[in-house]
Order: sequence, then C-alpha cells, then structure tokens
Amino acid sequence: MSTLIRPALSLLLLMTLITGVAYPLVVTSVAQVAFPAQANGSLIVDAAGKVRGSTLIAQDFTGDAWFHPRPSAGAFATVASGASNLSPSNPALATRVIDDAGKLQVPGQGPVPLALLTTSASGLDPHLPPAAIAYQLARVAAARNLPASTLQALLDANTERPLVGPPVVNVLALNLALEKL
Amino acid sequence: MHGYDYGLILAFFALVLIPAPFLGRFYYRVMEGQHTWLSPILGPVERGCYRLAGVDSAVEQSWQKYTLALLAFNLAGFVLLFAILLLQGYLPLNTEQLPGLEWTQAFNTAVSFMTNTNWQSYSGEASLSYLSQMVGLTVQNFVSAATGLAVLVALCRGIGRKSATTLGNFWVDMTRATLYGLLPLCLLLALFLVWQGVPQTFAHYVHGVTMQGVDQVIPLGPAASQIAIKQLGTNGGGFFGVNSAHPFENPTAWSNLFEVASIILIPAALVFTFGHYVKDLRQSRAIIACMLALFLIGGATSLWAEYQPNPALDNASVEQTAPLEGKETRFGTTATVLWSVTTTAASNGSVNAMHDSLNPLSGMVSLVNMMVGEVIFGGVGAGLYGMLLNVLIAVFLAGLMIGRTPEYLGKKLGAREVQLLVATLLVMPVSVLVLGAVAASLPGPAAAVSNPGAHGFSQLLYAYTSAGANNGSAFAGFGANTPFHNLMLSLGMLIGRFGYILPVLALAGSLALKKTAPIGQNSFPTHGPLFVTLLTVTILLVGGLTFLPTLALGPIAEHLSMGF
Repeated sequence: MSTLIRPALSLLLLMTLITGVAYPLVVTSVAQVAFPAQANGSLIVDAAGKVRGSTLIAQDFTGDAWFHPRPSAGAFATVASGASNLSPSNPALATRVIDDAGKLQVPGQGPVPLALLTTSASGLDPHLPPAAIAYQLARVAAARNLPASTLQALLDANTERPLVGPPVVNVLALNLALEKL
Repeated sequence: MHGYDYGLILAFFALVLIPAPFLGRFYYRVMEGQHTWLSPILGPVERGCYRLAGVDSAVEQSWQKYTLALLAFNLAGFVLLFAILLLQGYLPLNTEQLPGLEWTQAFNTAVSFMTNTNWQSYSGEASLSYLSQMVGLTVQNFVSAATGLAVLVALCRGIGRKSATTLGNFWVDMTRATLYGLLPLCLLLALFLVWQGVPQTFAHYVHGVTMQGVDQVIPLGPAASQIAIKQLGTNGGGFFGVNSAHPFENPTAWSNLFEVASIILIPAALVFTFGHYVKDLRQSRAIIACMLALFLIGGATSLWAEYQPNPALDNASVEQTAPLEGKETRFGTTATVLWSVTTTAASNGSVNAMHDSLNPLSGMVSLVNMMVGEVIFGGVGAGLYGMLLNVLIAVFLAGLMIGRTPEYLGKKLGAREVQLLVATLLVMPVSVLVLGAVAASLPGPAAAVSNPGAHGFSQLLYAYTSAGANNGSAFAGFGANTPFHNLMLSLGMLIGRFGYILPVLALAGSLALKKTAPIGQNSFPTHGPLFVTLLTVTILLVGGLTFLPTLALGPIAEHLSMGF
C-alpha cells in the first residue's frame, strides 16, 4: 500500500505547494510590479484619497444630470452580484421591459435602446453601447445647460472600439469626465 | 453581424488551430519524458517531486495499478478540499471572516472540482476565503485537468503499443501534465489577464463610496491566477459568482477572446498528440475535421437563433435587436454565442453571459454539446478519450455493415472492448435521465426551477446534464443549493467522471495487450471523408436518440410557444 499512499499524499502536498502557493505568489509578485493599478482593482481615488469605485464595476447614477448605466438585477450589489436569469419566454421579462420602455421613452428619438431595458449577466456591467448614451444625451444636456455638441464630443472621446468586440462606453468614466467639464 | 464579429471569430479559430499541431507535438514529447526547452527549468522540479514522493519514474504500471493510483490521488484531493471548505473559518487568508460551507455544499464543491466539473453551488466572493480559492480550488483545477490528460495518454499508449502489459506511470503522467502542460501557459494567461484588468492581490476587499454617495464594497483577491487555469484546464469554476461575465473576471473584449480560445487550446492540441502516439497524423486531422464540423453546425445554429429578437416585444417601442437580458455590453451577441458553444463543446462550464436567458434554441445547442458527451474538442484529455470511444463505436458499426471484424489502427475489437464501449454509452443516460427524472418527480427538488413552463423543465435538465457531462455551467436561476440537489448532482458528477475513466483505462489495458495486425487492403480506412462523416453521424445519432424526447419537452417546446 505504501506504493499508493505515500505518492498520493506527497504528490498532493507538492502540487498544492507548487500550483496553490508558489504559482499564485509568482503571479501576484509580477502583477503588482508590472500592472499595480489593475492588480488592485482599477480603483478610482478622489483628491482626498477616498476610494470612489472601480472603473470596471458599474455604479448607479440617478437624476437627469448624469448618464444612467444599464439596470442591475441585483441593485448594483457587489457581494455577490447577480443576474435576473429570466428566460426569454418568461412573461415577467416582457412585462418589465415594456413598463420600463414606457418610462424611458423620449418623444421623437425612436424606440428605446434595448441595453437600457435589460439587466446584464454580472449585474455590474460598466458599459453601454454608444447609441444608449446618445439616447440620454438631450436629457443630460438640458439638465446641465450644456450644448449637445459638447456632450457628443465627450461621448466620442469615451467610445472604445476594440477590433474583436462591439463599441462600448464606460458610463462611470463618462460621468467622471462630465463632472470635470 | 459587424466587422468586429467576424474579427472575433477569425481570431478565435486562429488562436486555437494554428498552435495546435506544435503544442500537440510538445505534449507528446513532454508526456514521453523527452527533452524540451522547458526541461532545464522544470526538470529539477520534476525529479525533486519524484524523490520526495518515492516514485521511480522508470517503472510503469499495469492498467489496474494505474487506475488505483489515479483513484487514490483523486480521493486524497477530494478529502483535502472538502476539509478546507468546511474549516475555512479557522484557516488563514480569510480576510472577510467567512464561515465554513454547509456540509452538502462543501461536499458538492469538492466533488465538483475533483471531477473537473466546477459546478458552482456557491458564489466565490460571498462564500470563499482566499485560501479556499487558491490552495483549495486552484490546486484541484490543475490536478483534475492533469488527471484527464493522464487518462488520455494511457489510452493513446494502449492503442499505440503492441503486446504491452503497461500503460505508463500515473504519478509521472500527472506530474508532467501539471508542470509542463498547464503551469507555463497559465503564467502567461494570468499576466495577460491582469494587464486587461483582472485583480491579483491578497489585500482586503475595498470599502468605497460611489460618486453619488452610496457605500460600495469592491471584492478583490488572487483572481487572475485562478481564472487562467479555470479556462486552460477546462474547469470553469469562477473566482466570482457570475464567472467570466464579471467585469473583474473578464474585463475587455480582448480578455474575452483569450479566455474563450483558452478553453479549447489544449484539447485541440491533444488531438495531434494522439497522432504522434499512433504515428499517423492523418488520424488527428480526421478527428479534428469531425470536431470542427460539429462545432460549426452547433455554432451556426446558435448564432442564428440568438440573433432573433424576442417576439414578445414585437409591438413595443423597443429597439428590435438580439436579446440583451443576461448579456454584457462589452461582449454582445456574437461573443456570447461563441462562448456558450465553446464552453459546452469542451467540459469547461465557465460562462460570459447567463445561459438561462439565451433564446431557446441557442440554449439547446449548449445542452446538445454536453449530451453528446463533450467530445467536440472537449475537456483536457477527457474530450479526446470520449471522442476516441466514439471513433471505436463508429469502427464497430462500420464493421457490422461490411461484415468484418472491426479494427482500429490494426487493433481488432473483441467482445470485451465492445462491452466496455457500451458501458460508457450508459453514463450520460443514467446521470441525466435517471437522476434528472428522480429530481423532477419529487415536489421539493422540482421546485428549484425559477421560470415557468417548458423553460423550467429545461433548467432542471440543464443542471443534471451539466453535472453528468462534468461541465459546470448552469441555467443559473435553478436553485441548486439545497441538500438534495447538492448530493444528487455530486452523484451525477461522480458517475460522469469515473463512469468514463474506469472503462477507458480498462479498454486501454486490453488494447495494449493486443498484437497489431498489418493494415491491409480490406481494412476500413479511418482517416478519409467517409469515416469523418460516419463518425459525425454516429455521435449525433447516439446522442440524438437518447435525448431527443427531453429536448422536445424543454427548449423545442419553448421555442414553438414563443412564436418566432
């Protein structure tokens, strides 16, 4: 039996030390030197040194003067976040979408972008498609008494266009830029 | 579909298929103990492991001893992980002071990670300490994938060797698979992911205040190192509860591309490793062709289905596009479909969107991918040994049709081999249909479904299929964290893992003993288009005949009821 038990236990221990201790420590050491901002959560720190969020984690914005993110099934809870898991055939989904569309509809701007009416998989989706930001542009411009062209320029500057994915706008980054105007 | 959608698909296939022949040859050299460019660095570590463990790497094992070693190692790993999860409240690196898991959940999680399933009955950031994640889960992520790779090379040797009584040494195969096969790729992917925005730290969760003055807790941890192996090792258990949909787990379109390609990078390469073992790369190309055909059929179906707008919103003043519920903006529809097809073709089970909210037929493609046994590239090692079982079944069927003794690469298949093959055909029906039927017929367990109608049935079907196929993805609205489902799904995972491994190793032992007959004029060639077609049809028929009724009751009924 010692040909079975000794290798089983010692190799489990050795693999634990190599893959469970050494490997994460090596990755952490290199990451903390090479990419410290990302490795620590891409935090946003204000002038007073206070953490105001992470660029990757959506936070709620209400009021006419801010761009609103996608709705969150977990009300932007982070521990743990979650999704609605509503099936496409579930009547509760269509009811909610149609109700919200009624509230968000802007006369003369066409149908409401679907991203503003659907909850994301993570509950913390930090992005919106540019069209879903553009749909809110007139409201924010009016509330801030700014020309729409200024906000359009801000939107363009904050639109990311990766070669392997759809164009997106980080809503928190956009609102931070908005605040600095 | 836009330009970036085609860019994603092209880049995905390039990342998977271009390295495959080279990586496949590397794996062959590593597993056979030949010198590679990593030997100067990892050789001393490898030899040190054998010395400390008392393993003589030159001594090979019979299939029985190989199996016993594998079972002992897996049992020890299970016990260690189960203990860590139960006792995490008393262990270090528990920055958020989390208590131990309830025992059925700890049992389920330990079984899940030992069997390379990574079903998540827990939510990482809310329930698991850093120690549980890295010393517990990450280790099983590595060694369960290494176990799959070991079983595969044992089968490759069984097919490739003549009149041999041994299949290699499990301790050596597992160690080499971990050190050379997984660790270097994980280091590279982990650092790439940190660059893209995945956290990697041992610091406490950060308490901040949002721009509008709401308290916010930002969960952190050594995430990148675990996410790299959960993608490359076809494990799939996320660091965060919502898996690779979480912006910390998969922050950009680029991280998404590399994570999704990582799922089948090693499984695709291993098809070529097999070709080196049997000294005939034409066999590899035939198997890859079959896998690609099945992948493309499923992928095209799923893409078409997922781009259909929800008919229930036809008359609403709502943008008429592909559904976005349960999807992330930075991925969109194409990347979501590509991931949902890849993660179920392989036994990965990570998700970048909520499969529960997929359109019925795209959800069905994921189900079918699992039901055919995850042989379309499949899990690390597990995918190809599952595929080779199908190859042998196809050879057997061809033998019946032309009235000759079936043979594969000169090995004649006798009664014992066919019995073992049939035993593996029972694994998915038993774990999905029998266990699923028990769960569906009891009022308590059946109440775990969260959506009405046919989709509710699909949720339960998906859970038991995912467990049996060792996938780990879910229609996540299904409330699986109950003692009943935790234990029943654990049973499904054990049947799904060892129901294949034990017959495969017995088969490998039995094939190794045989002489190799010269391949003559009358042998049925197993590398041409005819065989690829036969193999593809065999896989679809065996899976289809078994599971079509359940698909009709679930996704097909839901699709028809929605009026697309």
